[in-house]
Amino acid sequence: MSGPALVELQGLSKRFVKSLDLAGKLASKLGSSIREETVYALDGVDMTVAKGEVVGLVGESGCGKSTLGRIVAGILKPSDGRILYDGRDVSSLTPAEAKAVALKVQMIFQDPFASLNPRMRVRDIVGEAPLVHGLVSRGEFESYLDDVLARCGLDASYKRRFPHQFSGGQRQRIGIARALAVKPDFIVCDEAVAALDVSIQAQILNLFIKLREDLGLTYLFISHDLGVVEHISDRVYIMYLGRIVETASTEDMFAAPNHPYTRALLREVPRLETRHSDFLPIEGEIPSPLDPPRGCHFHPRCPHAMQRCREEAPRLREVAAGRLSACHLNDGI
Amino acid sequence: MTALADHGADHGAEQGVGQADSPLRRFLADFFESRVATVAFAALLGIVFIALFAPWISPTNPYDLATVDILDNRLPPGSEGFTGMTFWLGTDGAGRDILSAIFYGLRTSLSVGVMSGLIAMVMGSSIGLVAAYFGGRTDTLIMRIVDVQLSFPAILVALVLLALLGKGVDKIIVALVAVQWAYYARTVRASALVERRKEYVEAATCLALDHRRILFRHVLPNCLPPLIVVVTVQTAHAISLEATLSFLGIGLPVTEPSLGLLIANGFEYMLSQKYWISIFPGVALLITIVTINLVGDQLRDVLNPRLQR
Repeated sequence: MSGPALVELQGLSKRFVKSLDLAGKLASKLGSSIREETVYALDGVDMTVAKGEVVGLVGESGCGKSTLGRIVAGILKPSDGRILYDGRDVSSLTPAEAKAVALKVQMIFQDPFASLNPRMRVRDIVGEAPLVHGLVSRGEFESYLDDVLARCGLDASYKRRFPHQFSGGQRQRIGIARALAVKPDFIVCDEAVAALDVSIQAQILNLFIKLREDLGLTYLFISHDLGVVEHISDRVYIMYLGRIVETASTEDMFAAPNHPYTRALLREVPRLETRHSDFLPIEGEIPSPLDPPRGCHFHPRCPHAMQRCREEAPRLREVAAGRLSACHLNDGI
Repeated sequence: MTALADHGADHGAEQGVGQADSPLRRFLADFFESRVATVAFAALLGIVFIALFAPWISPTNPYDLATVDILDNRLPPGSEGFTGMTFWLGTDGAGRDILSAIFYGLRTSLSVGVMSGLIAMVMGSSIGLVAAYFGGRTDTLIMRIVDVQLSFPAILVALVLLALLGKGVDKIIVALVAVQWAYYARTVRASALVERRKEYVEAATCLALDHRRILFRHVLPNCLPPLIVVVTVQTAHAISLEATLSFLGIGLPVTEPSLGLLIANGFEYMLSQKYWISIFPGVALLITIVTINLVGDQLRDVLNPRLQR
């Protein structure tokens, strides 16, 4: 970790409650087993992202990493916990300040086809927010727009086109331009390259790296693809079923994973050295977040599970300098 | 039809997809592919033209008492009148030219139908958008009101309202809007529910755009295709409902006769073989409604992505 924290999450939780309708309530009163369904998408997540850092967030699908990204980007509200931006609690800001912070944190989405409004031209998709928020005057608008597009590798002549006239990679560039147009400091990339061809993935990743160098951006890079995360991140958080299980610098993490889940994940990364070996998928399915297992969420699939793991949820503890892991195995064996 | 989005090649857009294959052109080509729809559209254009320019193209002004001669009353179609002019569709009980009365009647019927359709659309779709976007209790409340509204027969609601409000163009428009807004609300809510889950709405939220802008600039334009179809069908419905009410004598005042009133006027002569007073306005009403419905059907087919060939 380097420098002061730009974004800090403290005990962030998100529950999605599917409340009962009238008939359900009635049935429940009469003794039926129907209950309100609560999905624990996030469970007490702490995270720190320093200025200028690229933080990777890795986990299986359904583990809550997209929910986390959306909460950080201000699209969803957390059920519990605090988000600090530049040391200030986001929920305590005045509306004007909150808006300014909201613009400073932008998001890039997974699906380059659903994330652009099909009925708007590129010019409006990218240029609407800066105009509405008065970040650029009408006189300078055209040249500002051309600059933003050029930065993302798009030609100024594309301004009048609709999203359907572009390929996936170019659409993703438009999504990036839309985010950059409001001059953000922090960008959440939610599986931003997962929907692209491998050759295009590399181009977009290089664009992210270049933008970071040019503009001093900070990224939260959410992905299930360990190769991509290893390539781009300074530090990595591993998430399992709504909880952070391990965090370390990318080098340490990939050199010596601590948590059994991380070890299992990293073992499955296809590498040149291991291309002839068989891959052993992690046993079992990811449990349902509707009814997460007691204790450590990973214990049903963990080869080292002990009695304690079934009863007590391990806390994130420092296991080495700058390394946190949530596993009972680290307690004096 | 080729798939529009070319995946893979990052330079797809440089091949100049675009002008030749713009969505509007594709839409027009699809629409006019059907001969029936083309004919219906042409007929509808003709009807709208007649309605707009009725005072200039109708042979006489049927409501100018100075030119109407009572001696011309109930002349059969094609006969020559007292002043020497030919009444192609005959005359009614007061000696008015049926053709001119139909032209003027179309004007009234269409304007009432279109006006009420537009007002109901603006009201209904705003309400539906709000219901879909905010969800929760707002949504439940609005949609239960819609359900209640739709569970009453339209004619009954309109009758009760007109009995309370009295006669007049404005009042019948109020009654028609009250009957129809719920259809628009339901349609727009359904498509807005789908749209608001899409990532471009999240992106707009992330850009700190306000609710109103997201609703009307981002969500609404993507709900337009089903809305356009409902507008056409409901306008036809409004016209026929207005004709029904006027026929029953509680719609428009006699000074602004619509097609329904013309039909009612001739109804008493039907059994005395003076069929033309009622039948011709009836045929005009029929053609109007059928053409609007045909155009609406074709729009639905063309705008429905699942039927895309």
